[in-house]
Amino acid sequence: MKYTKLLPAIFIATLLPFTAVADEDENIWNKVLKPEYFAGQAIEESDKVIELEAPVRAEDPALVPFKIVSKISQTKENYIKRILVLVDNNPFPFVGDFDFTPESGKADIAMRIRVNSNSNIRAIAQMNDGKLIMTKKFVKASGGCSAPIGANLDEAMSRLGKMKFRLDGDIKVGEPTSVQLMISHPNITGMQMDQVTRFIKKAHFVKDVKVSFNGKPVLTAKTDIAISTDPNFRFYFVPEKAGELKAEVTDTSCETPTKRDVCTKGDTYTETFKIQP
Amino acid sequence: MRVLLLFALFMVSIQTTAATALPVKEVSSGVYVHFGKHQFPDSKNHGEIANLGFIVGQKCVAVIDSGGNPEQGLALKQAVTETTNTPICYVINTHVHPDHIYGNSAFKAAGVKFVGHHKLARAMSARGSYYLGKAADQLDVKLSAADLIAPDIEVKDSLKLDLGGRTLTLKAHPTAHTDNDLSVYDEKTNTIWLSDLLFTEHVPTLDGSLKGWIAEIDKLEQQSFRYVIPGHGELVTDWPQSMQAQKHYLTLLLTEIRAAIKKGQHLEDAVQSVGYSEKNNWALFDEYHRKNVTTAFAELEWED
Repeated sequence: MKYTKLLPAIFIATLLPFTAVADEDENIWNKVLKPEYFAGQAIEESDKVIELEAPVRAEDPALVPFKIVSKISQTKENYIKRILVLVDNNPFPFVGDFDFTPESGKADIAMRIRVNSNSNIRAIAQMNDGKLIMTKKFVKASGGCSAPIGANLDEAMSRLGKMKFRLDGDIKVGEPTSVQLMISHPNITGMQMDQVTRFIKKAHFVKDVKVSFNGKPVLTAKTDIAISTDPNFRFYFVPEKAGELKAEVTDTSCETPTKRDVCTKGDTYTETFKIQP
Repeated sequence: MRVLLLFALFMVSIQTTAATALPVKEVSSGVYVHFGKHQFPDSKNHGEIANLGFIVGQKCVAVIDSGGNPEQGLALKQAVTETTNTPICYVINTHVHPDHIYGNSAFKAAGVKFVGHHKLARAMSARGSYYLGKAADQLDVKLSAADLIAPDIEVKDSLKLDLGGRTLTLKAHPTAHTDNDLSVYDEKTNTIWLSDLLFTEHVPTLDGSLKGWIAEIDKLEQQSFRYVIPGHGELVTDWPQSMQAQKHYLTLLLTEIRAAIKKGQHLEDAVQSVGYSEKNNWALFDEYHRKNVTTAFAELEWED
């Protein structure tokens, strides 16, 4: 008899952890992130403009492939101007802010990010008329022994600032062509545990990425510690004729991993790549 | 009689408070190993999955890896106590992974020195806050910063530890399984404790450098050992025969990922296509293989 009375309580108790987590997911967005980045603004939630591709489970918390696929082409009249990416439950949720132009051709961008725990990854697209459209995807955290830092920090440090462009396929004159920018940088989070450290390291990460084709901006991004070691971006540009892709990348170091008020500007690294259709 | 009774009561109280000894097997003279089960670390096994053990000399015992949580560390300590009266002088951590170091605090005592690779303290620091959070969430183990004990003695290249009547040679390896792998060689029995530089049955897990790991096992393959103790898997008595499966797996990753990069494939494609011919050869393949491909891809794409 007592058991039957207890059952509903047990049922509720077992449900609680799940509902608590789900609520918390929207809580961080509603209470912290939305007011911080879009105070008072209306945001439509839809997959009509951009869609996200990410694995269901983050196999490696240090390196989760993540892709934004746009569903409209970039024209002078109607284009995606900016996409903000956030990982709600990361210690520092801001991943990056990516600006596109009609010259981008398509506002797609693929990157590799750090995901610390079960979390929504969300992207908010801002159209050229100011309209905001949000989409999100839930990613389960990985278990096991890896951690959201690079596997081989010394190797990344030894190549610091080295960059490579890589074309994904053939160059299509006048059409959106996919290109990959690889940046060698440890992207140190600064999130060490000081009790055991004798190697205190500040956050040291790629902050600004500017890519242009023949002097016209294709991709301009502000990024942060949620970008994996050796930042890697795939995006589009439109080669109308022969020319030069140019990347200018600037890093920074900040006193604490989760505040950006005390930072020192770092170095700028440049790479160019000849495009010959 | 009364004294005896009191003594018996005293023993009973010790029995109830002391941890149950971790089962260990003497694999060669004075070398004791607890063989872990091939499981993914979770809230049921509390991270108790790795091979652990100790080597007994005339003056000192060296513990090699302390366990997946402080309780397992206490159980391993109890196994030492029940095996020998010789005191523990050293706790050697073979690398930073939780299943090998989370028992450290159980051994903290005057006279006990912690020993590790010269990059171990940095790895503990860089991973510490994340690891401690995950221990509660994923392993149901409560840990604090005090449970991660950085080495008192750091091994730069190699170091000899005299246990009395037997000398251990510790070698700090270049980046392989992780960037802080340490192996322990016991000259007396020609036994090498490779820990996670060697996996048998359990799929190898890559958290360092694929090329570095292959280079290290190529070197080790040239040497002869009577007994080899992997971090996960059974005792190896036919070195280098039992290592060939791991060598094949790692070499296959290298070949297939290089080919994928050359074809212009992206990381997310390679994760779906590389290495699946090995699926049925390993325990926990589904849990770790994609992570291995991810780590290796990020390394190899910088080759040219």
